[in-house]
Amino acid sequence: MGIGVSIGVISPVTEPSPGGAAAVVATAEARLAARRRSVEAFAVPSAAILGALILFGIFVALTGRNPLAVYHEMYRGSFGTWFSFQNTLQRAAPLMLTALATALPLRLGLVVLGGEGAMVLGGLAAAAVGVHLHSPMSVKVGMFVVGALVGGAWVAGAGVLRAYRGVNETISTLLLNYIAIALLNHMVEGPLRDPASLNKPSTLPIGDDNMLGNLPGLDVHWGLAFGVAACLLAWFLMQRTTFGFAARMVGGNVRAALLNGLPVRRLIVVATFLGGLGAGLAGAVEVAAIHGTANASLVTGYGYTGVLVAFIARGNPLGVVPVALLLGGIGASGGLLQRVFDLPDATVNVLQGIIFLSILFSDSLYGRRWARKPAVAA
Amino acid sequence: MAAGAIFVAVLGGGTPGSRSHRAVAATPPLTIGFIYVGPKSDYGYNQAHAQGAAVIAKLPGVKIREEEMVPETSAVQKTMESMINLDGATVLFPTSFGYFDPHILKEAAKYKNVTFLHCGGLYTEGKHPTNVGSYFGYIDEAQYVAGIVAGMSTKSNKLGFIAAKAIPQVLRNINSYTLGARSVNPKATTTVIFTGDWSMPVKEAEAANSLIDQGIDVLTMHVDSPKVIVETAERRGIMVTGYHANQAALAPKGYLTGAEWNWGKVYTDYVEMIQAGKPYPHLLRGGLKEGFVKVSPYGKMVSAAAKKKADAAKAKFMDGKMVVYKGPLKDNTGKVVIAAGVEQKQTDIALEKMDYLVEGVVGKTH
Amino acid sequence: MGAQTGGGGVSAAGGVALGMVGGAIRISTPFLFVSLGECITEKSGRVNLGLEGTLVMGAMAAYGVSYLTSSPWLGVLAAGACGVVLGALHGWLCARPRVNDVAVGIALMLFGVGLAFFLGKPLIGPTAPHLPSVSLGWWSASGQVRSALQVNALFVLGLLTTAAVRFVLRKTRWGLVIRTVGESADAARAMGYDIARVRLLATMAGGFLAGVGGSFLSLFYPGSWNEGLSSGQGLMAVALVIFARWDPVRCLLASLLFGGASALGPALQSVGVTSGYYLFNAAPYVLTLAIIVLTSSRDRALLGQPAELRMAR
Repeated sequence: MGIGVSIGVISPVTEPSPGGAAAVVATAEARLAARRRSVEAFAVPSAAILGALILFGIFVALTGRNPLAVYHEMYRGSFGTWFSFQNTLQRAAPLMLTALATALPLRLGLVVLGGEGAMVLGGLAAAAVGVHLHSPMSVKVGMFVVGALVGGAWVAGAGVLRAYRGVNETISTLLLNYIAIALLNHMVEGPLRDPASLNKPSTLPIGDDNMLGNLPGLDVHWGLAFGVAACLLAWFLMQRTTFGFAARMVGGNVRAALLNGLPVRRLIVVATFLGGLGAGLAGAVEVAAIHGTANASLVTGYGYTGVLVAFIARGNPLGVVPVALLLGGIGASGGLLQRVFDLPDATVNVLQGIIFLSILFSDSLYGRRWARKPAVAA
Repeated sequence: MAAGAIFVAVLGGGTPGSRSHRAVAATPPLTIGFIYVGPKSDYGYNQAHAQGAAVIAKLPGVKIREEEMVPETSAVQKTMESMINLDGATVLFPTSFGYFDPHILKEAAKYKNVTFLHCGGLYTEGKHPTNVGSYFGYIDEAQYVAGIVAGMSTKSNKLGFIAAKAIPQVLRNINSYTLGARSVNPKATTTVIFTGDWSMPVKEAEAANSLIDQGIDVLTMHVDSPKVIVETAERRGIMVTGYHANQAALAPKGYLTGAEWNWGKVYTDYVEMIQAGKPYPHLLRGGLKEGFVKVSPYGKMVSAAAKKKADAAKAKFMDGKMVVYKGPLKDNTGKVVIAAGVEQKQTDIALEKMDYLVEGVVGKTH
Repeated sequence: MGAQTGGGGVSAAGGVALGMVGGAIRISTPFLFVSLGECITEKSGRVNLGLEGTLVMGAMAAYGVSYLTSSPWLGVLAAGACGVVLGALHGWLCARPRVNDVAVGIALMLFGVGLAFFLGKPLIGPTAPHLPSVSLGWWSASGQVRSALQVNALFVLGLLTTAAVRFVLRKTRWGLVIRTVGESADAARAMGYDIARVRLLATMAGGFLAGVGGSFLSLFYPGSWNEGLSSGQGLMAVALVIFARWDPVRCLLASLLFGGASALGPALQSVGVTSGYYLFNAAPYVLTLAIIVLTSSRDRALLGQPAELRMAR
């Protein structure tokens, strides 16, 4: 089962063209097709999001509120003021990381929902390790490395089950999420509990000097930079390395990949592992930047929102960044919707759902309206 | 944005480092923000706070802004900032326990002219910033009285307690309830089930049914929303005592009484202090006597004898003469946790660290 | 006041066992309906992961309609209707070219849950009339046995539905059409069946059952509307269908097994075994995962899997 829509393959055409006029026509057609795909890759999702916003406006109007006023407040709450924009950035940061847990396997045709479990266990591991290290730098580095590795291992577990046992990864990662949360709660209230944390069981705090600070000039922590960097790395990995090429082949046509001798099973495990690294890192950042300890507040739902981000971005790590900003912005404006319009907090989820459905609907629009043949002089 | 900051500063005023928050008690209304971790209509923890907020919303010169379903993550930090920056709030009541550390502390350091009042009793003089205050109620006093009613009303001598997590606040409620019940009915036992989290309706329903299957005929709870448990008890025909808010409407037959918060009084007191520019205490706590908590009106099934005993206990609390935790007190493994002759009054710090279940409770803390 | 309080005569171990039996019946009902519905859908070759959203939407709609009309059965119907609509949306989207079933399912899950929470805000406080229950334990003197066998009407309906689905799939023409579309699209086309339409109808039928399953949650057990009602039950039910090898009767057994495992934690606690309650509460998920791992195989397709179903390879 391949999703099979690869966005904007940017690699230049390097093969020498066969001689003759027919060849000229062929490469011209190919170039136009490539350009069409690039335009589509941007235009269609944007149109889908616009359409979703309009549908949402109709929905809001049906509840008796003025959609234009709602749009205005949503803008004000997400991008309209400097304070709001930073709120959006802060919310987008973990989403960029957890989305990778779904986005990377998505290119292989796998649907992994395990970002939540990986994040939770990554955060727990990071907090557990961070307490034992000493210098602030080693604490931070140790926490991030351990958190990422634990997250990677957790999702890779599902990858192994899929590759070597044929277990459906959507269901296994979902089950693993619940198991991860149970493990977190058990450890936080039991073996790893800080005896001083009486009424809110937590692990031992890592200490204020070991916390992750803010980006210079911004009221947003370094997790944002990690998120953007991770997405760039992931994009580079998928688009410019042989691993990425092989992975995308598996996503396109498994049988062809097998026939070509690609180590499909290993690719599955590696891809799920790499994706899990992102989600685990998100958990470590959540501990290091916000809480300073691991406790039940680590179960944030960022993993599931990350799934949404990955799907809307069609699995493209570069697309994850703007989509995370969009979803972060929607989340940031939710509070204003409650306070100004008395709309319930679930309004944000409705909008997210509409956007997702709209994007999926737009899938069927690729390659349709622009099917004119290019007029090339023979 | 800069204009907003100046606006806040003008409203805030006062010398930095002063213990009081001097508000301009003239024309601009005091904008107070309330933040809830769950829904306002949950018949439980959040509804109790919302009811208190509704009381002060009616006061002259006060405007409230509420936001519900805010999780205990950086989201609440942003909500607080949003209320301060975009709504002009100068007093905030973030009502969930987990909002305090690190969220309130971080925001209080950033916005020194805004007053943050937290429900939980965590404030430590000298350690925490001066624009933060804590308040809490000794609701276990009300649970003690409810336990008396339960002990008098039970026919099987088996009481049930459905609790979220085994933390000191919860254990204190379980123990007070049991001590109250056994003070009038020494044969009563309390079976405890921990669901693991504050709001888990399926687990709560399952726990209720399990307990009822084991012969329990009076249930009580310490979860965010008692609605499911109260309704299950009513449907299966057993008695129940409530918690957080008054759930009598949900169980017209079986509701005996309940332990309720009375936040309206606490909030009104705060508003009066702030509007008059008086300093407010940084750690405000009280029980039945101070009106911070109350006992629900008695239900139909409460016998006259039970009412008499409960009223007697209430009177003792009002006089300040009641000490629930005094030695010799054994826990349910037989260990002595309070030596003979020792009394731990309500404000005793040892009670904040409670980690045992008293004799008569069936269950373990972990 | 009913005499539902249990008496003596049952030991602690017996108490746990009874608690699990009662719990199994209580907790399994929504799983049963959702997995039966998904069974029909998957037999036609399509996977609907959006049933979680349908379940929650159904619960909300049932509660609201029951509250407004004072008739819980009208609530059940309303829940089924919501399920049909969401199933139709799923089927319509999936029929379009290049649209991915799994993604649509997840999208509908998010949308359904969000919409249910949105519309259900005013329903958190009120109390709505409940579905009746049937007493199957009238013969016992022990209150505990009687209460464990206090079976809700929907469970009984679920048993009947299991038999009906089995009969329809195996012995009727509709069942043959569904199975053909699910086994071989080519054969179906050759026989003149409109594949998209069959799958759409199958998904709508599955949505109806899932909605009814949701009505159970709000109208019987736990019996109240709030946002913590479902903890992934819709998605678990999809896992159960695979575990049950697409057989309706096995769906029933799998649901009961899952329900019993879910009741283990509280049942043990009620007799005083409380250590590690988080781990006990994770028991159903671990059990499901273990069974799926043990019964999956890398090379062979799962026995009984419709060939056109691309999800569980």
